[in-house]
Amino acid sequence: MPRTLLDIFPNPLIAVGIGITAVMTVLSVNTLFCIWFERKVSAWIQLRMGPMEVGFHGTMQTVADMVKLLGKQLVTPKGIDKPLYHLAPIVVFAPVVAAASLMPFSESVAITNTNIGLVLVFMFGGFASIGIFMGGWGSNNKYALLGAMRSVAQNISYEIPLILSSLSVVLLVGAMGREFAVDGGVIQANGMNLAHITGVQAQRGVWFLLLQPLAFIIFFIAVLAETNRAPFDIPEAESELIAGFHTEYSGMRFGLFFFAEFSNMFIGAMVATILFLGGWDGPVLPGPAWFFLKTYFLVFCMMWIRWTYPRLRFDQLMTFAWGILVPLSILNLLITAFLVKVF
Amino acid sequence: MNSGVLDTLQRGVEEETYYLNMGPQHPSMHGVLRLLLHMRGEMVLECEPIIGYAHRAHEKMAENRSYIQFLPNTSRIDYLSGMIYNIAFCQAIEKMAGIDVPERAEVIRVIVCELNRIQSHLLWFGTFLLDIGGITPFLYCFDDREEILGILDRVSGSRLTYSYGRFGGVTADIDDVFISQTRSFLDRLRGRLPMYEGLVTKNVIFRDRCKGVGVITVDQARAYGVTGPVLRASGVAYDVRKAEPYGVYDRYDFEIPTRTSGDCLARYEVRVAEMEQSCRIIEQALDALPEGAIEPAKMVKKVKSAAGEYYFAVESARGHFGMYIVSDGTDVASRIKLRTPSFSVMSAAPDVLKGTMIADVIAIVGSVDVVLPEIDR
Repeated sequence: MPRTLLDIFPNPLIAVGIGITAVMTVLSVNTLFCIWFERKVSAWIQLRMGPMEVGFHGTMQTVADMVKLLGKQLVTPKGIDKPLYHLAPIVVFAPVVAAASLMPFSESVAITNTNIGLVLVFMFGGFASIGIFMGGWGSNNKYALLGAMRSVAQNISYEIPLILSSLSVVLLVGAMGREFAVDGGVIQANGMNLAHITGVQAQRGVWFLLLQPLAFIIFFIAVLAETNRAPFDIPEAESELIAGFHTEYSGMRFGLFFFAEFSNMFIGAMVATILFLGGWDGPVLPGPAWFFLKTYFLVFCMMWIRWTYPRLRFDQLMTFAWGILVPLSILNLLITAFLVKVF
Repeated sequence: MNSGVLDTLQRGVEEETYYLNMGPQHPSMHGVLRLLLHMRGEMVLECEPIIGYAHRAHEKMAENRSYIQFLPNTSRIDYLSGMIYNIAFCQAIEKMAGIDVPERAEVIRVIVCELNRIQSHLLWFGTFLLDIGGITPFLYCFDDREEILGILDRVSGSRLTYSYGRFGGVTADIDDVFISQTRSFLDRLRGRLPMYEGLVTKNVIFRDRCKGVGVITVDQARAYGVTGPVLRASGVAYDVRKAEPYGVYDRYDFEIPTRTSGDCLARYEVRVAEMEQSCRIIEQALDALPEGAIEPAKMVKKVKSAAGEYYFAVESARGHFGMYIVSDGTDVASRIKLRTPSFSVMSAAPDVLKGTMIADVIAIVGSVDVVLPEIDR
């Protein structure tokens, strides 16, 4: 099982400092990379070149964009709810950093490792909709308000299939009754511990994708909706709501929303990798390489879907969640529970 | 115009409802359309289109300049079917003044007008998909459309506002390069249409978004004077090219695609089918292209007509486009009234948009394919 920063650095202040620095660095680099990657993927799908001017094949384009964004004036509209408006980008962004710190990306080292990792990830994921609603409500703009209302309804609806589909994995981990050797002795595999979930898959040599294909599909769709990615990007549906909840945000305030969106995508892909694709498990290459390869493959799939499909309508989105995904995930969970009990 | 929204505004806002100003600056209002929406949540209770943001007084301008001077204005009324409008004006003047047009010029006019129609439908295809959230087809369509613009640019000298027609003919002759480029474009488009079919028409999300949305019934369409693909999607096979053939359209064999459901999907299918029919017309025209002059032996410098009233209509990419010209016998029109198809379509909007959702508003406005400068004129 991975050693955490606290195991390595006994002083909590140093451990926290290193942890935050590491997570922020990874998230920033990821966002810069993902924006460039998304532009390149969309260009490839749309028979274009994408950014080509700044750096080799436009690799420095997002750095230039970020500098531009930092230098821009922060326009504050009239009639806003000041505390909500100013807090919203931070409330959206902070949980992302917290959630990212929970990811066990290798078998040797992790930033943290708790027995309630999965619960924490979903909890931090739920924060985002609060921040989005704050931003939409505080902006004093009807389009932003519409976007915020959509976002809250959507996030709450899709959290249910998201959690239900991951619970079937938790059940499997618990039922397999695997044990891990740690320095002090042996511990039982815990279904809520992200490192244990990966560890069980690595030990058994079977990814949960093969045992739970339906759960993976439901989980992936729900992640798309949770991260407001197309075809579920209705909170910011630019052809209807202009820019949705962040219509009135400019400069780096908008940048934080953007940062959070790409980081959420990254975290969603990481959780899917951990739960279903065996995390760091894989031959030849070192663990972290496998982990990030799988994660970025899922990120690529998200982009691929975004640039292929049109957007759903709001009521169709809700019908899809409550009429199809929730019953299916409950059914999947019941069947899993039944099989776990029988065998 | 429907004054429902304004009445309610004066009475004060009802509980739990609000007003949303969609446009004139809005990403999917196709220019400068402004919709004043009375909403409850995501539901539209009433809708009032407010137009006039692109008013350029084309009709008034026609009254203080000669017919020849007004010619460049005609391509600017509807920037997407500039060729059709431009040539329609020439044909109207020819009808009024009794000018003969050489065979070759007539056929060239058919070819460029149909290319223009395909170009307009391709742009509509892309922007409609953009409106309902599919970004990629937009770039594919523009890739195809670019070929047409190149072809027309080569022969007329501009990409959108052509002014290619002259009273009695066209300005420039087409050559072998034009013919081979057009033929290769037709092959290319026919190769691409099955791909659009797979990417868009068969897409479940697309069908869900369009099916049964924004139904315009035959009665509604007739009541508001809706024409063009929107009317044909409601089940009426009315096309000026067949109903009152002008130019040499009666020579060509083509069909009028119709659907009966009158929803966004029907309008989509009608337009895609029309692109194929336009390809057929262009092919027949290219096969039977006569040799000869492209303008009358003596250039028309001054239009001579008897005083009176003249009406001439063509099928533009958006429907029945008519010009009502009142002439007092001089070189300058006493009055020109332009009957533009988008205006009639837009007048049906309050009826059609009532009770839909905000996402449907975008889909419906996208599917009827209005061009705002053509409404405002």
